Amino acid sequence: MNQTDAFHRRIDEALHNAQLRQNFRSALTGIMARRAEQFPDETQLQALRDQARAVRANALVRQPELLERLEAKLTENGIQVHWAEGPDEANAIIHGILERAGAKTVVKGKSMVSEETGLNHYLEHHGIEVIESDLGEYIIQLAEEPPSHIVAPAIHKNRREVAELFQRFHPEIPYTEDIDQLTQSARVVLRDRFANADAGISGVNFAVAETGTLCLVENEGNGRLSTTAPRVHVAITGIEKVVERLSDVPPLLEILTKSATGQPITTYFNMISRPRQPGELDGPEAVHLVLLDNGRSRIRVDDELLDTLRCIRCGACINHCPVYVQLGGHAYGTVYPGPIGIALEPQRIGIHKVGTLTSACTLCGACGEVCPVRIPLPKLINRLRAEAVDGLRAGTAVRGHGSMRKPAEAGVWLLWRWLYTAPSRYRLFTRLATRLRWMTPPWLGAWTRYRCAPRPAQRTLHELAREEGFRNE
Amino acid sequence: MSDSRERILARLRANRPIEVPTPTVYAKPLGWDREHCIASFMQRMQAVRGEVHRIARDAWVDWLAGELPARGIHHLLAGNGDVGDRLASALPASIRLSRYDHPIEQWKPALFNDIDAAITHARAGLAESGSIVLWPDANEPRLMSLAPPIHIALLDSHKLHENFAAMIAAEHWANGMPTNALLISGPSKTADIEQTLAYGIHGPKQLITLLLD
Ligand code: SF4
Repeated sequence: MNQTDAFHRRIDEALHNAQLRQNFRSALTGIMARRAEQFPDETQLQALRDQARAVRANALVRQPELLERLEAKLTENGIQVHWAEGPDEANAIIHGILERAGAKTVVKGKSMVSEETGLNHYLEHHGIEVIESDLGEYIIQLAEEPPSHIVAPAIHKNRREVAELFQRFHPEIPYTEDIDQLTQSARVVLRDRFANADAGISGVNFAVAETGTLCLVENEGNGRLSTTAPRVHVAITGIEKVVERLSDVPPLLEILTKSATGQPITTYFNMISRPRQPGELDGPEAVHLVLLDNGRSRIRVDDELLDTLRCIRCGACINHCPVYVQLGGHAYGTVYPGPIGIALEPQRIGIHKVGTLTSACTLCGACGEVCPVRIPLPKLINRLRAEAVDGLRAGTAVRGHGSMRKPAEAGVWLLWRWLYTAPSRYRLFTRLATRLRWMTPPWLGAWTRYRCAPRPAQRTLHELAREEGFRNE
Repeated sequence: MSDSRERILARLRANRPIEVPTPTVYAKPLGWDREHCIASFMQRMQAVRGEVHRIARDAWVDWLAGELPARGIHHLLAGNGDVGDRLASALPASIRLSRYDHPIEQWKPALFNDIDAAITHARAGLAESGSIVLWPDANEPRLMSLAPPIHIALLDSHKLHENFAAMIAAEHWANGMPTNALLISGPSKTADIEQTLAYGIHGPKQLITLLLD
């Protein structure tokens, strides 16, 4: 099945799942309202967005130097830095670290980058037990599903579905649909895991070059536990997460938590700069950072598309997307769903593989308006649409450029251009179209499945205008 | 180092995008006085179910001696510094006081399962977001504010900063970071089921800040 048919089939499934749509609708309505409450002052919000955008944009400008500085500083601090071109290399590096440390069990904090590499699967295949410790991640790990949202991975499940999962995997705990009790059950179940895991794996929200500091944003405490209780900590992140100074962090943190979940700040902001030092009584003996490229450096080559890399993964664009709310995250079939997914994934994976995602957008502009770092998502999506069908071969960084071009579609536009660029041809065409309107076919494929076929008017607008006395129309 | 490193850096060096003008440095000067900071700190902390008690500088020992038994806390963990020393002689006999004085590997199960509450210092507080700031160290290790179900923090009310940006500027954090630094704003929580807030997931279920005047 080609990518478009496969996508349409997933869309069809999602649209016919009333429960799923209800779960998304109610969850997203709440998040949007909470975000809005955090920004009562429009001027302040816009100023903060400018600040966050500049911090991220300039970090990307100086990215090669900053990464080297980060590496030097982390190394000086005793944190070991590894570079990976793609998923396989990253997974192999992490597996190597765990193997050398004799680690058999791993607790994991939330990390979308590890979803990119399929890390859990890889490690399990190599005999290492991996437990997701974020509640949402734990739920979908039990369900054997990928995350449907980058901030709230189990957003597609309601309390009954979660209760049934817990019942199935932990029959010793009495069945309940009460959210507080379900949360307590998860605490009890995962506590032993934290206490006994050999290694912890986490993502990174910001990596500060100036001080060699890895910053993690979270509410549950699982991120802190994963990075504190085991004897080894491995962090994995994309190479775009580096920022220059520690003073760059407060504006990013503020706009991240407010945009993501409508919180002025999360419960924990965890800054890690070293492994356990002599005399210290806890914390991992070894800390590693894996810097993953996986297509990012190629995106950066294009001065327009590089804006994609400013993303701080807040999920606001996803929450406000009128298409996402109908489909949910799984329909996209990629690691990152919603507007940021549509912009990022075709660049990362290639238009020939997932370019069809760009059709799941109404260009309404909601995503671009809420993005805390002012990524012009609609513009990027439009650019990728053009890339997908462009006939010219040269001068672009996007893989699969032109791969969705269809001769018939291209022919129609060629004809359109031919008609519209010569007034005489244009007049003849509109005259024929109006006079021969009875010839319009009643069935126009998918368009007329739920709608009437459009039919030209009896007279052209130009004719009507002339009759009304307009000249030089 | 690895070839990957060289290849990635080479690709990054191939393009130098144009710099974006940076707006005025981020540090909203709020101009709050001490009382305003205290009020904001308490309000924000309470809004996320953090408990705050404003008490006289030397009253915290008595406060704990009275309050811990009333709350059914039997086993308290203190660090190696002065806090534990002062509590050792003041707590009622019904409360067992442990000190975090040996490496975690030697007593992990006990830390995770037997301790009711841990008490630490907070090095500072943030008024605007209602956060306490911790730099755990050999005296007060990292897991103290994380593993036990209750975390009690002693915060000098003169050490409140307006916000994170103001604090890292005033305290010159960029000159040297500790192994681990933390901003903690309330007890642990999650909204992963139906976006409904539930408290007490993996970290402490209660965060009690004693704000010392
Ligand atoms: S693109 Fe913008 S709104 Fe979307 S997740 Fe990234 S930072 Fe947030």
